[in-house]
Amino acid sequence: MPKSLFEKVWSAHTARTLANGQTQLIIGTHLIHEVTSPQAFGMLRDLGLKVLMPHRTFATVDHIIPTNELVEPYKDPLAQAMMDEVRKNCAEFGITFFDRATGKQGIVHIVGPEQGITQPGTTIACGDSHTSTHGAFGAIAFGIGTSQVRDVLATQTMALGALKVRRIEVNGKLRPGVYAKDVILHIIRMLGVNGGTGYAYEYAGSTFDGFSMEERMTVCNMSIEGGARAGYVNPDETTFAYLKGRPYSPKGAAWDSEVARWKSFASDPGCHYDDVVKIDAADIAPTVTWGINPGQGISITENVPSPETATSADDKAGIIEALAYMKLPAGAPIKGTKINVAFLGSCTNGRLSDFQEVAKYIKGRKVAPGIKAIAVPGSQIVALQCEKLGLDKILTEAGFEWRAAGCSMCLAMNPDKLIGDQLCASSSNRNFKGRQGSTTGRTLLMSPVMVAAAAVTGSVADAREVFAFTN
Amino acid sequence: MALAKITSVSGRAVTVPGNDIDTDRIIPARFMKCVTFDGLGEFLFYDVRKNADGTDRVHPLNDARFKAATILISGANFGCGSSREHAPQAIQKYGFKAVIAENFAEIFFGNSVTLGIPCACAKREDIAKISAAVEKDPSTEVVIDVAKQEIRFAGQTVPATFRETARDALVNGRWDAIGELLDGIPAVKETAKKLPYLAA
Ligand code: SF4
Repeated sequence: MPKSLFEKVWSAHTARTLANGQTQLIIGTHLIHEVTSPQAFGMLRDLGLKVLMPHRTFATVDHIIPTNELVEPYKDPLAQAMMDEVRKNCAEFGITFFDRATGKQGIVHIVGPEQGITQPGTTIACGDSHTSTHGAFGAIAFGIGTSQVRDVLATQTMALGALKVRRIEVNGKLRPGVYAKDVILHIIRMLGVNGGTGYAYEYAGSTFDGFSMEERMTVCNMSIEGGARAGYVNPDETTFAYLKGRPYSPKGAAWDSEVARWKSFASDPGCHYDDVVKIDAADIAPTVTWGINPGQGISITENVPSPETATSADDKAGIIEALAYMKLPAGAPIKGTKINVAFLGSCTNGRLSDFQEVAKYIKGRKVAPGIKAIAVPGSQIVALQCEKLGLDKILTEAGFEWRAAGCSMCLAMNPDKLIGDQLCASSSNRNFKGRQGSTTGRTLLMSPVMVAAAAVTGSVADAREVFAFTN
Repeated sequence: MALAKITSVSGRAVTVPGNDIDTDRIIPARFMKCVTFDGLGEFLFYDVRKNADGTDRVHPLNDARFKAATILISGANFGCGSSREHAPQAIQKYGFKAVIAENFAEIFFGNSVTLGIPCACAKREDIAKISAAVEKDPSTEVVIDVAKQEIRFAGQTVPATFRETARDALVNGRWDAIGELLDGIPAVKETAKKLPYLAA
């Protein structure tokens, strides 16, 4: 019987069925960070348990780490306490910790792939919802809560019910100025922020076949914003080429046998899907969010919705609430909306190719007066790659601050925060109320190149016009 | 590990209306700078409950009539967004024992079950009825019967669903899976032999 990658990975990792019908699923790779792991280690100590497979557990720091302060102790004593805690826990339980001193620190979802830890046909869990990112490699990757972090630490498993699989096929060539970020914002807009409940998303089609690993990661990253518990792309030559030679990738003879095994996990032609959605790449435009959840997106040429255009009472209430919070006039074009801050970075768009693409267009241009613009590499390795290519220079000459690796302004756990009701053009993944650190702060999600266009014009702009893209 | 069998939860209730209430709203990220969950309760819904100067805003949780509530009622897709267990932890530490909503985001739902917090899904019109009864008389006793899959209040009964695995786990006292998972370690070691990447 032909099977999907999800089914194959699931059954290969099933240890047994639990009394309530859930599966005790082996989690081959456990990634941890400073925010959601300390309490789990606390629970472990309370129960007198050990880490079952420390060699399959990897830690880094990303959320609280200040990106403008390199020397410890950090000014924020709470941040320092969390840093000390993760260091202590890793030392005590024998876990590899990608600390700043290793030169490999960064956002957990960037570090895993970069190190070759993220591999096809594996299961991955992390106490972080954007763990879905790792699905780009044909892994089944789950964001989990802290009690489950405890479960995985102690047993290398968790209790989980199987998911349905929805295949989302995008076919054709994206139009100039349209990026992977637009693809996922378009999908979430179409299927809704809870459209994926109960599903894993399998992204496929010629658009994905042509995508680089970094583009695939951008899409898989935001699966959770569409309500899907996991999202993946079947492994192919692009995947293997990316992994070849990375620190944790198989070496020598093991490489060939592992690649053969990885290939065997790809979905079989003709396998069953619980749902199939098809999208024409040509229908996707540069997309920006106007509201307070990632599904509230429109193309740059559209107007912000007005309550009268609502399709249901819920939709109407949602529009009214979002417009009030965002302080945007109903029915007005999104283009031209003044911004205060431009943020490039995050686990969605904080990789080399993101900065390369921005640098290509922003070279020789200047950030508009009065705009705070920051560029934050997702990892120390990304930072180094960018610096070798001189991308940091291009960005700083344009008026961006170039920072050290971390989550930075994606969320409010480090010094980078919006102030008051500042409006931020952001390459991150969440536009929830207060997400970027001010309870009235406003976030517009978009691709990095659209952030750059907003930065140089000082307002939400169509990057295709600002940077004279040609069809 | 013997866990309580959670067959039903009862108490007063309070409604925090709205759909898509995300975990950033339930517990803003800045309160996650902590190494234990203790003390999270006071920051539940903080940014919608408090003004910048720390004074109270108009919010159901600030309403004296609902101070004794132990059941939280809300709208659709409750608990979406970040996977932070800090959200159900804050709800529990604040004093809530159960949540009623139209439906729940998956990770939030799972995290809540592990803490022994029943998340009951009810139909929108039924939620409106419960909310109306509670609004009219805040002392209304709301009973979430997990075993029978129903909610009783003010002489009325409406259906509730829990997802079978969660219902089973709650009523049979195995909502925290750790004991069972530890029992399965021999099976884990067997299966792990067939997964080359797990070799030490
Ligand atoms: S970059 Fe943002 S979304 Fe990604 S892990 Fe960090 S805080 Fe979470």
